[in-house]
Amino acid sequence: MVVTLRSAVCLLGRFPALAGADLEIDRGEVVLLAGPNGAGKTTLLRLCAGLLPLHSGRAVVLGHDLARDRRAPRRSLSLMGHETFCYDDLTVAENLRFSARAAGKDRAAADRALELVGLVGLAGVVHGRLSQGQRRRLALAVALARDPELLLLDEPHAGLDADGRAVVDEMVRMAASEGRTVVLASHELDLARALATREVEVVGGIVRPVAPAGLARPVEVAP
Amino acid sequence: MRLAHDALLVAGKDLRIELRSRVALQQILPFGAIVLVLFAFALDPDRGVLPRVAPGLFWTAVLLAALLSVNRAFALEEANAARDGLRLTGLDGAAVFLGKAAAVAVQLVVLEVVLGVGIVVLYDVSIRGVGLIVCAAVAATAGLAATGTVYGVLASGLRARETLVPLLVLPAVAPVMIGGTRAFEAALDGAPADGWPWVQLLTAFAVLAVVAGTLAFGPLLEEDA
Amino acid sequence: MSTRLKLLGAAAAASLLSLAVLALVVAPEDARQGDAQRLMYVHVPAAWLAYLAFFVTAVASALWLWKRTRSTTWDLLAGSSAEIGVVFTALALVLGSLWGRPTWGTWWEWDARVTTTAVLFFLYLGYLALRRTGATAEARGTRCAVAALIAFLDVPVVHFSVTWWETLHQDATVLNRELDVKMEGFWMPFTLVWSVVAFTLLYAFLVTLRLRLAELEEGREASDLERAIAERVRAGDPVPVGGS
Repeated sequence: MVVTLRSAVCLLGRFPALAGADLEIDRGEVVLLAGPNGAGKTTLLRLCAGLLPLHSGRAVVLGHDLARDRRAPRRSLSLMGHETFCYDDLTVAENLRFSARAAGKDRAAADRALELVGLVGLAGVVHGRLSQGQRRRLALAVALARDPELLLLDEPHAGLDADGRAVVDEMVRMAASEGRTVVLASHELDLARALATREVEVVGGIVRPVAPAGLARPVEVAP
Repeated sequence: MRLAHDALLVAGKDLRIELRSRVALQQILPFGAIVLVLFAFALDPDRGVLPRVAPGLFWTAVLLAALLSVNRAFALEEANAARDGLRLTGLDGAAVFLGKAAAVAVQLVVLEVVLGVGIVVLYDVSIRGVGLIVCAAVAATAGLAATGTVYGVLASGLRARETLVPLLVLPAVAPVMIGGTRAFEAALDGAPADGWPWVQLLTAFAVLAVVAGTLAFGPLLEEDA
Repeated sequence: MSTRLKLLGAAAAASLLSLAVLALVVAPEDARQGDAQRLMYVHVPAAWLAYLAFFVTAVASALWLWKRTRSTTWDLLAGSSAEIGVVFTALALVLGSLWGRPTWGTWWEWDARVTTTAVLFFLYLGYLALRRTGATAEARGTRCAVAALIAFLDVPVVHFSVTWWETLHQDATVLNRELDVKMEGFWMPFTLVWSVVAFTLLYAFLVTLRLRLAELEEGREASDLERAIAERVRAGDPVPVGGS
């Protein structure tokens, strides 16, 4: 199991953003987190990245118990969030190289990621000058440059044009074929369902499995 | 060693940002210089008191500029959720601390050289005991940079960060003010033997600050705001 | 208020009352400093408490930081002790100043004890400002604890620096340089010791009271939190697939 959550409760201030989530993800899966805004998808991803403290319950990611050490799994995973995690005064290439070298990879990994997302032409452009779409691609590149076992993608298609979305799809497929595990949260259900091997629904801070289309049976949930 | 490699990586990142953005060069350095000029206005340059108080004014200017430097070091982590990004890199807290503190220290050293020239010119001071001055400055700068970086990360992410950090840092670095000023006085008076014990004090303070930062930075960076 | 707390309060009140009698009536007037010296019976214990309170804050902070003993109580104790401590620190400084004026002729002296106490005062202020940045122990605990510990370790360094600094000043007058008074007879030292005891009881009472108050506030928030979690879990009740 790459990710195991049992009754995970995660707080944002006083608010229980995750109110007892149960989830198991195996190596190589591409799991789609569907659900409305504010349901807890981002919180779940950030919890798995070890960014948020676990209030109660159990969370094990890549073999590390998050209650004991949140920082441990970070070297082997990447999170693509709503921001790029980059520095406005550094160029695209400089930002990527920092990311790669921080993860123990070399410049080549950074350059490769740059190529994969199609931003080679912008390598020398300072981050502050990038457009929204370019930033989204860069965020993906930052995630890929680290060569992670687990890829956590928060709304990867958002803010991208058709070309950009195609790049995301290609990267997810490539990652899956390389044996990496991918968890993506998305509102773009049509696009995402084409990539996912499994889908779960995040609603009200808990996780529910989604019955495959065509099987109209009620879903049992144990919070 | 991994720690050294990662610390250099972080220091390099911060310094490269500074080279590109020139905030320290174009804003903090002039700030330090203008503080020196203002002190001269406050203390009436005709009375000849300036050479006597030059060491104290020098370190006051450096201290105030250090606050700006620390502020900048953590302000640049705020855009684009860079702070989260730093956490996500999985870099060891100690390495990030040493890297960021080193970058602040480098900027402070440049500032000190310029301000040193400033006090020689503006306050009519003649320097003897260069060795003492250099050692005292290095030790004091290390202590300032380390302490500032600890409090900088401690307050990072908090809305009141900019006003909190000065309140937290200034009382804590009182020993650096005292030690740095006394050491410089000894050097300028031509009695360096009096100054070396102060260098020891400054070094001890710097060591304590670095140890504290190495231990505390990682956990503090993990605090969500 | 619990019985123990009431007893503690009564003991503090009784000892303070008797201190007043001792300090103002029983203890003899000092030959050199006159009645102004009686300020010592409040100034000295206040200064003692300034440091004791900070020590308690530091220990409580350490207990918070060590995961095995981490508990909201320690964070609340650290904060409560700091609030009481900052008041006593200010009191010590003001009384020292009032005492110093007739004794030294100046409102302030830059000796090690006074200067360090002044720095301590600012360290307290910074700590208390930091505490206001987080509403719960979880939110503010670690930052405040680290700040408290760094400050606590810094105080001796400051004291040492200032002591060294002062020995450089050749013009140190032996007489009345410090507020040390020659303890004559029985009643002066006795009253001084009694003042420390009385104020320590007062501190214990105030800290416990403040801690109870803080725990009540925090306790209410904790139960609010549990309720919020339970509500959210309930709201996610199973719904037949087909609607979403």
